[in-house]
Amino acid sequence: MNRPWTISDLEYWDDKIREKVEEFGLSCFPQEFEVCDHEQMLGFMAYSGMPSHYPHWSYGKSYEKLKTLYDYGVSGLPYEMVINSNPSLAYLMRGNSFCLQLLTIAHVYGHNDFFKNNFTFRETRPELTIDHFKVRADRVRSYAEDPSIGIAKVEEVLDPAHALSFQCRRNMAIRKLSRDEQEQQAIAAAQPPPDPFHRIHKPPTYAEPDLKKIPLQPEEDILLFIRDHNPYMPEWQKDVLTIVHDEAQYFIPQIETKIMNEGWASYWHHQIMNSLELPEDLHMEFLVHHNQVVRPHPGSINPYYLGFKLWHDIRRRYDEPTPAEIEKYGEPDKSGTAQIFEVREIDRDASFLRRFLTEELMRNMDMFEYQRKGEDIVVTQVSDEEHWRHVKETLLRNVGTGTIPVIRVQDADFQHNRLLYLKHEHDGRDLQMEYAEKTLAYVYQLWGREVRLETEIQGAGYIFSYGPDGFGQQRLSKSN
Amino acid sequence: MTTVFRPYSQSDALRSDRSAGDRLRHRQKVREAIRENISDIIAEESIIGQGRDKIIKVPIRGIKEYRFVYGDNAAAVGTGEGDSQPGQVIGKTKGQKPGDGRGGDQPGVDYYETDVTLEELVDIMFEDLQLPDMERKKLREVLAERHSKRKGYRRVGVHVHMDKRRTALSRVRRRVASSRLALETVEEERRFPFHRDDITFRRLRQDVKPQSNAVVLCIMDTSGSMDTIKKYLARSFFFLLYQFVRARYTKVEVVFIAHHTRAREVSEQEFFHKGESGGTYISSGFLKALEIIQARFHPSLWNIYAFHCSDGDNFPNDNAAALKAAKELCDIANLFGYGEIKPLNSSHYEDSMLQLFKSLQAPNFHSMLIERKEDIWPSFKAFLSRERVSE
Repeated sequence: MNRPWTISDLEYWDDKIREKVEEFGLSCFPQEFEVCDHEQMLGFMAYSGMPSHYPHWSYGKSYEKLKTLYDYGVSGLPYEMVINSNPSLAYLMRGNSFCLQLLTIAHVYGHNDFFKNNFTFRETRPELTIDHFKVRADRVRSYAEDPSIGIAKVEEVLDPAHALSFQCRRNMAIRKLSRDEQEQQAIAAAQPPPDPFHRIHKPPTYAEPDLKKIPLQPEEDILLFIRDHNPYMPEWQKDVLTIVHDEAQYFIPQIETKIMNEGWASYWHHQIMNSLELPEDLHMEFLVHHNQVVRPHPGSINPYYLGFKLWHDIRRRYDEPTPAEIEKYGEPDKSGTAQIFEVREIDRDASFLRRFLTEELMRNMDMFEYQRKGEDIVVTQVSDEEHWRHVKETLLRNVGTGTIPVIRVQDADFQHNRLLYLKHEHDGRDLQMEYAEKTLAYVYQLWGREVRLETEIQGAGYIFSYGPDGFGQQRLSKSN
Repeated sequence: MTTVFRPYSQSDALRSDRSAGDRLRHRQKVREAIRENISDIIAEESIIGQGRDKIIKVPIRGIKEYRFVYGDNAAAVGTGEGDSQPGQVIGKTKGQKPGDGRGGDQPGVDYYETDVTLEELVDIMFEDLQLPDMERKKLREVLAERHSKRKGYRRVGVHVHMDKRRTALSRVRRRVASSRLALETVEEERRFPFHRDDITFRRLRQDVKPQSNAVVLCIMDTSGSMDTIKKYLARSFFFLLYQFVRARYTKVEVVFIAHHTRAREVSEQEFFHKGESGGTYISSGFLKALEIIQARFHPSLWNIYAFHCSDGDNFPNDNAAALKAAKELCDIANLFGYGEIKPLNSSHYEDSMLQLFKSLQAPNFHSMLIERKEDIWPSFKAFLSRERVSE
């Protein structure tokens, strides 16, 4: 098991792996591997893999947590850590066995290819990733070291900014409209609909759109909105908000494609390692590790497992569909390889699962929906004939950014009082009250005036507010 | 496509403790949070009566990373082992689901508990007390351990202090010197006895080490009226006192005195768990304490901390004696306290000793009323402020 290895061993095998990578048609950024020890690995994990990152106590907390789990053997370290940059940067852990290194290298090329080709990563500008993080780190440090600001004040902005960082636009494929375009839309929407019988109908009353309203359309980027519309905010605080927002934007594609990305990398490391003609002992060890990675986690979703299964299934269904499948889904129009390469480019987790997670596969994996009932976690529905769609819908709502509630700014000057009015787009899932209260306090901290949040709790409309007098809640009357 | 491997470099690894600053900030925040809730935390039963190295879990509020997250009624999907049925219970809400390698992406529910050792907790407690630094506070230091220390050699002394090695060496030296003279006869060659001048003794010096000793006298009323809740409150208080004294003195002893109408010295186990019945003579406990101090902890050598817990239900004819004994205790103790434990609402219909002890005018005496566990920390703080510091 423990054959010693040197960098030249890695390079020797890496050449072979890259041959396979090219043969299979993966297209990657240049790759850099850095060998590190476990302490460094913990450090990279705490800072999302970035070689430089601005300081914040939450990273210290996450480091301590990771380290405790690692020291007590609750969880091992990941074999691999790779960041979306060009050239792609990945870390190999010194203590890992030779076989694990090879597995990791093959896996990393899978991620690399995905980062380069999936549409959600288009806007991330990977060639600048490392520099961006470095520049942001320097900016935040310069504020922390500024004698008139200091670390305490920087944290007072970073804490709330972190709390709201993912309250932003999630779908990168939809362009954000400029103010002008929004005004155009508002005017167009206010026009009466064309009516072929306008001669005999009463002329519709024309309601002039309120073009002074801010925002014209509900706004999802809360941090940016506050930055642009709180006139009392000092420039450095605006900059901190921008930094936190930009960083969240960088991570959103990774959150949005977790299952696809991990599945893709696992699928290809499996293909590559199997085609390498490894010595038998290495190959046996590889199989053990591979099964460890893609095993199901009973009771939850292992993205490696789910992704790996799906990619396999897509390819199989396009290459050698069963007669029943042809009847159900039609004759495949392209080869399995062409199909998976297309899918890795144009889908994200939600669409990936919606399109390719079949009833059969769900049953095969014994997917079920669960919910809390008091102290217990109870299975509510299983993927049987009647309910698999429902289970699938639930799953779709829980992948990617679906686990983050959608909250939009409705009005920045509610009741002409510079009161910030937020609305939670309720989809059947209530907000966690304690967290909502505390996070609202953060919004207030940034906005500087009273903040209200409209939501629903157990079917009834509520308004939570946070102002100078603290937290308040009010039930909306039915007529509203 | 090119690939670069960068080998491991030791020096990078040494420099790379990049999270040190953030860990420190986090640690500070944890301590702040603990300090804010210290009175809640130390009133928790799990802490009282634990060893020093014991690691305790302290739930922390205030350093969670809040976000907007979904609450309890959000359903989720999992994979099973092929036999899942609707209605099946697959787990409890407490405890986390198995994680999936790369953390940080999911906002998830952030519950947070931290481990601190009792030692650390006690430190934080005493930071909260804002006591002057120990160095500046002059403790009643006593010259405790006397023992002899070697210092040099001498020609006269008692036999037991003879240094055999030096004596033998001295003889050898003399012999070598005498052989140089080459005057020796054959007889002298055979026998070369020790001379009185050879014999060397160790010189000993009395060494006195200043040491700080302290004794904590826990006196508790174990009469029939002291129930479990009262005992628990008493116990918390004794625990704090013990921790406090321990933090400041090198050698600390604890004496448990249980009394009803008569007092006995008991083990810790008996002290807290054995209930007795009968009436109460508080004076008996005080007298027993005085007796023990006299016998084992002389005030010139020991710092004495005494604390008495009772529900105040004393026989009236004992009051005068109790007051007198309390005065005596005050004279010799650093700190002497009386805590009257009356769980909420019981103070109206029971007798109280607080009135009586008001007449005791001593700067190092403090009496207090403890009604619920939240009272313990404030009254403990008040109690400590009375400490007599000897010059």
